[in-house]
Amino acid sequence: MHELSIVSSIVDTVTESLAAYPGARVKEVRLRVGALASVVRESLEFCYGIAAQGTALEGSLLVVHVLPVVMHCEPCGADVELEGVQSFRCPRCGQPCSDLRQGRELEIEAIEIEEADEVKR
Amino acid sequence: MTTRIVELRRGILKKNDELAAELRNRYAAAGVLVLNLVSSPGTGKTAFLERTLRDLNTRGARVAALVGDLETDNDARRLAASGAPVRQINTHGICHLDAEMISKHLEYWEGVALGGLDYLFIENVGNLVCPSSYDLGEAIRVVLLSVTEGEDKPLKYPSMFNSADAAVITKMDLAGPCGFDRETALRNINEIRRGIRIFETSSKTGAGMEEWLAYLEEKRKGQG
Repeated sequence: MHELSIVSSIVDTVTESLAAYPGARVKEVRLRVGALASVVRESLEFCYGIAAQGTALEGSLLVVHVLPVVMHCEPCGADVELEGVQSFRCPRCGQPCSDLRQGRELEIEAIEIEEADEVKR
Repeated sequence: MTTRIVELRRGILKKNDELAAELRNRYAAAGVLVLNLVSSPGTGKTAFLERTLRDLNTRGARVAALVGDLETDNDARRLAASGAPVRQINTHGICHLDAEMISKHLEYWEGVALGGLDYLFIENVGNLVCPSSYDLGEAIRVVLLSVTEGEDKPLKYPSMFNSADAAVITKMDLAGPCGFDRETALRNINEIRRGIRIFETSSKTGAGMEEWLAYLEEKRKGQG
């Protein structure tokens, strides 16, 4: 439900990064979102269209890459990927894990832009 | 036109996280233990906090509270009856508190300085989803669950329960009439967050409060 503020923050961050590329248009924004990040992909996509209006991001595509939860399992001595978020147990040995290694990410990985051709005489 | 991929690798909530880290340093420097209370609406956060503030006050601790709601200052007025300084934060539609709101309200809080406090409680907006993403610089995140809500709340909102440092079960005086299945509730909390401290309380009867207050004192001393 806070997806609109999340996408507004995405638009701001991307707009700032465009300063190095004057006149560029954004074609695609790629996100990495952990399964425990408390945001919903569909809701992000819906809000994105609204927040992007009137900016260099208008008409661009939001690509959301959802990352599964990864915990460190002490007994196995390994990082293990959980199948869901209903049980924080190692899928190999069944022991509960509390050491979270991945799953809360909420970041902009990269953007694809179309640069304006340099105007030269 | 040339197409180019620009790697950004920027945290979307980076600004909040940076500000929260600053706040965390300030709290530690002032020696105040800061707790962030989160739950669904109606769990009894305010009643639990009222009781906690009153009990701590009686013991001579210096306490204060910031309380978040979309609208009204009803909770602040209720909590102020405990004698502790209380300040309401109205988010006007925003579903969570963020580090900037906390920072601003601390700055303009007349008569209250972090250095003069032992405990600062932040009662978040009633919501088990969005507040989980926003670090407020707290030392302890407390998730509350009432016996009237259903034992599977931790499974339904794993993101929040997994981010908590302590869990408080409220309204234990209603456990019988509600048919509350204690074992299942405890098991579900542990399934999502192994080994977390769990307090079974009633703000009405005071059950479980001794243990909770002892935990607070222990954490505050441990911080120094």
